[in-house]
Amino acid sequence: MRKVTAMILAGGQGTRLGVLTEKIAKPAVPFGGKYRLIDFTLSNCVNSGIYKIGVLTQYKPHVLTKHIGIGKPWDLDRKDGGVTILPPYVGNEESEWYKGTANAVYQNLEFIEENGADYVLILSGDHVYAMDYNDLLDFHILKGADGTIACMEVPLEEASRFGIMVTDLDGRIVEFQEKPEKPRSNLASLGIYIFNYDFLKKILEEDERNEKSSHDFGKDIIPRIVKETLGKLYAFKFEGYWKDVGTIKSYWESNLELTSPLPPLNLHDPNWKFFTHTEEMPPSYVSPTAEVMNSIISEGCEVYGKVENSVLFQGVIVEEGSHIVNSIVMTRTFIGRNSSLENAVVAENVIIGKNVRIGVGEDRKNKYDPKVYSGLITVIGMDSVIPDDVTIGKNCVIGVDVDPNDFESRTLESGGYIFHRR
Amino acid sequence: MRVKVLGLILAGGRGEALWPLTKVRASAAIPIFGKYRAIDFTLSNMVNSGIYKVGVLTQYNPRSLMDHLGSGKEWDLDRKHGGLFILQPYVSSQGEFWYRGTADAIYQNMTLLRRGEEDFVLIGSGDHIYKIDFTDLYQYHFKKGADVTLIVKKLDESYDLTKYGIVSVNENMRILEIEEKPEEPKRDLAFLGIYFINKYLLMDLLYASVPQKGYDLLLDVILPNLDRLKVYAYVFDGYWRNVKKGIDEYYRINMDILKQEVRRELFYEKGKVFTKLKDLSPPKLTGTATVSNSLISDGCIIAGSVRNSVIFRNVRIKAGAIVENSVIMQGSVIEEGAVVKNAILDKEVVVREGREVTGEKEILVLEKRSVV
Repeated sequence: MRKVTAMILAGGQGTRLGVLTEKIAKPAVPFGGKYRLIDFTLSNCVNSGIYKIGVLTQYKPHVLTKHIGIGKPWDLDRKDGGVTILPPYVGNEESEWYKGTANAVYQNLEFIEENGADYVLILSGDHVYAMDYNDLLDFHILKGADGTIACMEVPLEEASRFGIMVTDLDGRIVEFQEKPEKPRSNLASLGIYIFNYDFLKKILEEDERNEKSSHDFGKDIIPRIVKETLGKLYAFKFEGYWKDVGTIKSYWESNLELTSPLPPLNLHDPNWKFFTHTEEMPPSYVSPTAEVMNSIISEGCEVYGKVENSVLFQGVIVEEGSHIVNSIVMTRTFIGRNSSLENAVVAENVIIGKNVRIGVGEDRKNKYDPKVYSGLITVIGMDSVIPDDVTIGKNCVIGVDVDPNDFESRTLESGGYIFHRR
Repeated sequence: MRVKVLGLILAGGRGEALWPLTKVRASAAIPIFGKYRAIDFTLSNMVNSGIYKVGVLTQYNPRSLMDHLGSGKEWDLDRKHGGLFILQPYVSSQGEFWYRGTADAIYQNMTLLRRGEEDFVLIGSGDHIYKIDFTDLYQYHFKKGADVTLIVKKLDESYDLTKYGIVSVNENMRILEIEEKPEEPKRDLAFLGIYFINKYLLMDLLYASVPQKGYDLLLDVILPNLDRLKVYAYVFDGYWRNVKKGIDEYYRINMDILKQEVRRELFYEKGKVFTKLKDLSPPKLTGTATVSNSLISDGCIIAGSVRNSVIFRNVRIKAGAIVENSVIMQGSVIEEGAVVKNAILDKEVVVREGREVTGEKEILVLEKRSVV
């Protein structure tokens, strides 16, 4: 039997998701009606027969830690192995935050050692994909590699957003380009690595002593191994669906993709189920006054209005006369009568009043952070309350915990923002 | 004060009136409301009322019931202390007996009563659909100084009173008489088959009755002792239905859940209803779907038209198919252009392209795995 330990990097904030990660870590961001991002990686692990898993947390881990619990929904509540949350800790000499992805794994080498792992799988907790890691491991062993990186072919014009691998005919990586202006290949790294444990340990220890390093797998470890030919790194070509929902636009798009008749990611595959921890809720109810098209309506929803091309998470209530188009509405959000939402991402526990209009007006740049809030999408943070009769434009952002007193007028023009005044 | 209560759920019934839905399962295991089974309600009520030791008495075809209950973890009953006990008939040194009645079933599992630290026993049925906080019942029991408290309900004309035990009480709510399934019921107060009783008293009564061939808890144990024991009636006025009364009743209960007030009471008041988890993705309604007044469960893909229906988990309703006034159980497939009206489809039924399945005056029932 092959001894594999998976280390899931789940400490990132995901700054490009803006207010969606204001209160929670990126891997805890809800996705696809009932899941959270980390469910995909965790489910891939257990579906691949990997039951020894460490989850490295750092940024706002409460929701994530509670979600994972003792790993019951993934059958990870086990005597041998299971899932272990690995937060930064106080050591004998010094206490340290995780300085980078490589440093996070370095600080937990003992955990991997105790698991008796021959191979270490380094994964991200915020990617959406279905992958059998055995294919990756088979390839790794077949090639006699020290490390193998899962890669995907991307359109050449997009290659400059990724870490790009240049390989020889055998698949061995001969050059690594981090976000290159002139990419020499279209093989992009997916941030999924497998290493022989002994090799990884040596490399991480060396990296730790290197004061110039930022201790990051993508920026430091991989480039150095390739550049200094410290070991044999291979590129494994993955041909399935993979997505890093790193931006609000891609988050919105990949959720909406699921509503199409044959989405690239099949959530209904009985042989590759995605597991999650959810609240117990009754089936969803669609009323006689409702009209629902091309949408996901999760358990506990009660729909009395019109819903088109949208994803409703658990327990969302849409009152009569409301109209939701091209929107993502997360758990337990309430939408009052005669309100309309277009191109909106509404986080958990939001209350939207009556006669509210969201996503109307012209296209104007967001005044708070146009890099994060764009694509005509308006975002509303967790636990906010939008009062009756308010109109909110496109490219707007409403922060978390916003209450009616935070609204100075009934209209927020496109590109505007409102945050809670404490 | 914490009242220590042992919960017992009678779930051994054959449920002949529900044939053919009970051909493959005990009535307590009958699927209901899209994702539940009947027993979930009584089990959740007990857990929500702080009962963490529950014995489920099974006899008739318990496979699906046992599969459903598993280790009891969905109800937080996978515990070191207490937990879930499946109590089946067994072979012993005294011989082998099926449970010959409700009293006999409990009598044969006397060890569970004798060994526990509980002072009281709550006996419910796996066939009842209702939400209750039993702690109110305990308070009532103590306040009345009762030996036994039975839950009763005023039944309106939508219930067939001739199928229930009709209760007469004095002004203090002490029970004077129970007339079991009278042909001409004189009153509308019915016993719901739920008992609350001191454990040691119950043990004494059982020891006195069962060896003398008194096998029925109501007829042989409680009724003959109405003079000697203080038996009180606790009136429950919420939604309460018994799935075992017949196909019509089962169908009506499913249709009731399409009413907002019933959903609110059963799903959101007095705690949650817990059930076995299936790890299915949320339901999807495609561009060709039209859904109205229906319950849709996880794992479904709906592309056809659905009205006034309860759709269970993992059902496929394909484009152009029409489903109306029906109950469609888990894993069924309604193919393109097929029509299903006024019907109950058991699990994994397939209605082929263009076929029509319509119940006329009576609700049509299609058996598990049938193909039309």
